[in-house]
Amino acid sequence: MEQSNQQHADLARKFNGNESRVNWHDETLWWIRQKRDKIVWQVPEWEALREAASQIKHHVLGNLADYLEEFERNAQQNGVTVHWAADAAEHNRIVHSLLQQQGVTRMVKSKSMLTEECHLNEYLAEHGVEVIDSDLGERIVQLLKEPPSHIVLPCIHIKKEEIGELFHKYLGTPEGNADPQLLTHAARLHVREVFMSRKVALTGVNFAVAETGEFVVCTNEGNADMGAHLADVHIASMGIEKIIPRREHLGVFLRLLTRSATGQPVTTYSSHFAKPRPGQQMHLVIVDNGRTVQLGREQFRNSLKCIRCAACMNTCPVYRRSGGHSYHTAIAGPIGSILAPNLDMKQYADLPFASTLCGSCSNVCPVKIDIHNQLYQWRQVITQNGHSPAAKTAAMKVMATTLSQPKVYTLAGKAGRWVLRNMPWLVNNRLNPWYKQRNMPEAPKQSFREWYAQNKKQG
Amino acid sequence: MTIGLFIPCYVDQFYPRAAIATLELLEKYGCSVSFPAAQTCCGQPMANSGYEHLTHSCNEHFTTLFADYDYVVCPSGSCTLHVKDHLHASNEQAALGIRRKLYELTEFLTDVLQVTTIDAYFPYRVGMHQSCHGQRGLHLAQMSELVAPPFSKPLQLLQQVKGIELVSLNRKDECCGFGGTFCVTEEAVSVKMGKDRVADHLQHDVQYITGVDMSCLMHMEGILKRRGSKVQVIHIAEILNAAVLQPATV
Ligand code: SF4
Repeated sequence: MEQSNQQHADLARKFNGNESRVNWHDETLWWIRQKRDKIVWQVPEWEALREAASQIKHHVLGNLADYLEEFERNAQQNGVTVHWAADAAEHNRIVHSLLQQQGVTRMVKSKSMLTEECHLNEYLAEHGVEVIDSDLGERIVQLLKEPPSHIVLPCIHIKKEEIGELFHKYLGTPEGNADPQLLTHAARLHVREVFMSRKVALTGVNFAVAETGEFVVCTNEGNADMGAHLADVHIASMGIEKIIPRREHLGVFLRLLTRSATGQPVTTYSSHFAKPRPGQQMHLVIVDNGRTVQLGREQFRNSLKCIRCAACMNTCPVYRRSGGHSYHTAIAGPIGSILAPNLDMKQYADLPFASTLCGSCSNVCPVKIDIHNQLYQWRQVITQNGHSPAAKTAAMKVMATTLSQPKVYTLAGKAGRWVLRNMPWLVNNRLNPWYKQRNMPEAPKQSFREWYAQNKKQG
Repeated sequence: MTIGLFIPCYVDQFYPRAAIATLELLEKYGCSVSFPAAQTCCGQPMANSGYEHLTHSCNEHFTTLFADYDYVVCPSGSCTLHVKDHLHASNEQAALGIRRKLYELTEFLTDVLQVTTIDAYFPYRVGMHQSCHGQRGLHLAQMSELVAPPFSKPLQLLQQVKGIELVSLNRKDECCGFGGTFCVTEEAVSVKMGKDRVADHLQHDVQYITGVDMSCLMHMEGILKRRGSKVQVIHIAEILNAAVLQPATV
């Protein structure tokens, strides 16, 4: 799973090399968006719920240190060991050392986007530890040696026929058989063996309740529960922003999460983990990894409200047609594009530009993050930090000068049609990317201002 | 009531018909309209590319030109939104005034002039493209993502046009993929989005695609023409003004 240095536009172009596949990807995700629409319309107070969730998260972000300490105290009282990790490297070291303490070199892991963000699997592999992802979609991309392309549906870019081939190769299913039921059954047997034999299980955390010290893990497959209940050691990794003050707030978030994510009323399993069972160890690794920096950036702070439902990806017309891998970061799509530049502004300078700013993401977001405004703001910050191409800066300066000098503009505009020569999308030559698949608009004999000067009195 | 007409730069140069229709339409409803000839562009191409910091002088110029009108009206949701969100000037009072009195054409007709009858005739099958900035930014129409009662200012006007046959699309407010510089920097995705949007209209046998933003329409027009389609794009002002340009035969 090497890190790609390619820009979103290049990767998206590659993805678009196969148009029927793009159509399939787009339609699959649009279908999920429609399922989401259908179910949220059954909740008349939907918009009020979103507002409540947004406010709760707003309050948490304003009092994060207090809630984290309250959560830590209560978790410790419950018998959970709490670890703090400043960054990805520290998180990975902590997990590795817990494995070493157990003397094991194998671990089972359920869905955790944080561990993707930290590249935990790669780190552990380098240290001789084998990790098996127990979420079906994650297991599929793991066997394919690819990162997930979507935070809720990790293998949404893979067709079932391809999964059939993959399982034939690795799990011995009959060749040419892509029956979902058969494939799921094979995966179930495979992962069951893993559950039974691993002493350490790692899970993610969806919500951490400050008042009780418990944490909630949501899955549809029950794989987090299977792993955690059968292991001697349960490690749960969470970002600092997963806190909610009270258990009753789950009544807001659990109603929003899966309706937004997949159009289901609630996740099949919403499991509360409070204390280790007798003889078991339970560890929580609470990770910062840039979150406090983002918390300090006022215009981007709200991005930490995210509950990772992926509704913004499913609705994003660009994501649907460029694929998750085109974002070359663990969390793709609109939310990824406002989180990633915080981690590395230079490497992810392209992502806030991979959007038309249509605003659909902000409208579906269950915690009302103003995603498209933040994309716009990141563009400004990235440019001002010098991460945009020199030629673009030069062109923009010419544009700025001309547009404030009407004489220059209108002179150029007459026969020369300044707009035609300078608007990036209208530059009239055949090298212009506009022209590759689109005709140029035809220039009329008269511009409006010429018509006006001729037909109307002076303005 | 004096109205300053703000015509986006590419409309001025490429789609004068849309601007003429806007002007005539406003005059039909009794407005006294002027076009300040020194206007250039609202600066959105720079700002959306990450160069908002270069738009100061452009903003100053814009503010000076439009400060004294009762209203400023623009036949583009996108340019209107940009100015409403980002116009600042040394005379901040004037800039604020413009941000408040600037309207996109259709919302000006429905909300300020409170137009209830449109005297126009347009006997064609028409698909309406909901441009995102007008819809989601200016709330010209309800957004499909929200659990909220539907409305649409542009449709409310179009529905009164005689002879028009409005189709309803499979995806009623999906983005067309224009996106300003996005249309060239992300050419592959932009074109794919445009093709898909156009396909939805074609599937419903439209003769015209209309909307409140010529930029989206220009993008779709480019795709339509490349595939040799006879379907045309037309700014909503031209339809609402169709009786003048194309007198109805009774
Ligand atoms: S930003 Fe909002 S819509 Fe996107 S994943 Fe996070 S919570 Fe969901």
